[in-house]
Amino acid sequence: MTDIARIDNPAAVPATPARRRGKLGPFWNTRLLGVAFIGVLLILWEIAAANAIFPPMSFPRMSSILSTWWQLLASGELLGELLPSMWRMFAGYFIGVALGVAIGLVMGYVRFFYNLLEPITEVLRPIPSPAYLPIMILFLGIDDEMKIFMIAFASVFPVLLNTYSGVRSVDPIQLQTARTFGVSGRKLLTQIVLPASSPYIFTGMRISLAVALIVMVISEMVAASNGIGYFILSAQRGFKIRDMFAGVLTLAVLGYILNRLFLLIENRVLAWHYGYTQQRT
Amino acid sequence: MSQSCRTVLRVCSVHKSFAAAGGTTVALNGIDLDIEAGGFVSIIGPSGCGKSTLLQIMAGLATPTSGEVFFGSSRVQGPPADVLYVFQQYTRSLFPWKTVERNVAFGLENKGTMSRAEIAGRTRELIGLVKLTGFERHYPWQLSGGMQQRVAIARALACRPAVLLMDEPFSAVDALTRVGLQELVRSLWRELNLTVVFVTHDVDEGVYLSTRVVVLSRAPAAIALDVPIELPTPRDQIATRALPAYLDYRARLLGQLFADEGLKSMEAA
Repeated sequence: MTDIARIDNPAAVPATPARRRGKLGPFWNTRLLGVAFIGVLLILWEIAAANAIFPPMSFPRMSSILSTWWQLLASGELLGELLPSMWRMFAGYFIGVALGVAIGLVMGYVRFFYNLLEPITEVLRPIPSPAYLPIMILFLGIDDEMKIFMIAFASVFPVLLNTYSGVRSVDPIQLQTARTFGVSGRKLLTQIVLPASSPYIFTGMRISLAVALIVMVISEMVAASNGIGYFILSAQRGFKIRDMFAGVLTLAVLGYILNRLFLLIENRVLAWHYGYTQQRT
Repeated sequence: MSQSCRTVLRVCSVHKSFAAAGGTTVALNGIDLDIEAGGFVSIIGPSGCGKSTLLQIMAGLATPTSGEVFFGSSRVQGPPADVLYVFQQYTRSLFPWKTVERNVAFGLENKGTMSRAEIAGRTRELIGLVKLTGFERHYPWQLSGGMQQRVAIARALACRPAVLLMDEPFSAVDALTRVGLQELVRSLWRELNLTVVFVTHDVDEGVYLSTRVVVLSRAPAAIALDVPIELPTPRDQIATRALPAYLDYRARLLGQLFADEGLKSMEAA
């Protein structure tokens, strides 16, 4: 969007970046402060473990956790566990998002479907996903289908609810404008309703991404023979405590990377939205 | 007025009432109005009198409680393809996720009768007509209010409508921008042989722009006055507005509005 920043007409509002870049000042005014804080906590961990403040058996030194983590990464063992986890998570996530958007759109757009589906949504939504895991095992076994179903099911609701709110909040003037141009029915849905509610849909998708990660780990801990959740639990059961911590660390890094990737895509797709909302306030 | 007096839009005894607390409110009480082809007709009236409602009914965006609207020989039951509407709230009417050129191309793309190259050509032409060349890739929110309303006008005119309905299109811009937009709409109307129906609360704007001014009375609205405006063309923002004839029209229309509001008697008392 570099061409937008170069506006030579004073009447035009310049595009503002979606995220404000911190000016280089004293480092405690920047994000570096928080990064340094993490470093301090890790050093405190190291000191606490070296002085055996907690039982050393279950609280190893951070340095040894990191070196174990590095070995597990280098040997490819962690990657071997991560790949099946990622497959399950993304398969379930994308199925959930697709269903959530589709159901949310028809609920927001057609009163009949809202009346039909709203009560069941409200009944199913509050059930914590681990609670229906045993049922899913009964019906789908302990293979990937069960986990993908679990992840998809849990991912549906945040997307569905946000899509629904998005559709309800589409400006009636935009809809009327489209109607004057002869746009109606399914075209109206794809051309106006979907893009206009995309900021809401993205919010739902971001919540669902975190949900998918959680349900992936839980379902792998309960019933799996591979995957990162399985790896963490079996490391703990086999007293490989450093492996266990390395697994958790992997999840932290994975979650961070996924969120950053998501924001990157969102900032691109919704660039118009940030500018638009800034103009109105 | 050497133009033929063919009627393009005919409003036949239109009534409109809304359900309100404690009964129904009558907004329009039997409106009969013929819009002749090539005319520039302004509808003025006190705020809340239902002039926007009337325009929406003419556009097929709202349905009358009773009565009918005809576009040509066909009855209006939804927005007719050759009648386009320019909303007062341009910030909400433009699609914020589309650039200026995508907004202008919107109607053409949805007609599905033109090739990509034709659409691109027409879009470029219209952006030129409303003097926004160079801003094709901008988003509406990066433009000033006057520029945004020009995008909305270009988007409507790109479809080559026979009739352009404008609902207080310049009420949200500053006075100077407004003069510029008035000149733009006058010149587009002349060049493109348009028929314009223009709702405004500004008597001066109505007289200056129009070939005919229709005054609605307070709700329940009926037509209080229907005045052909015979001022020399081309019109000029300074010279035309100083003509005795212009001032006569202005006095007559304002007198009608003030009488309706009861303002005159207050001043006299």
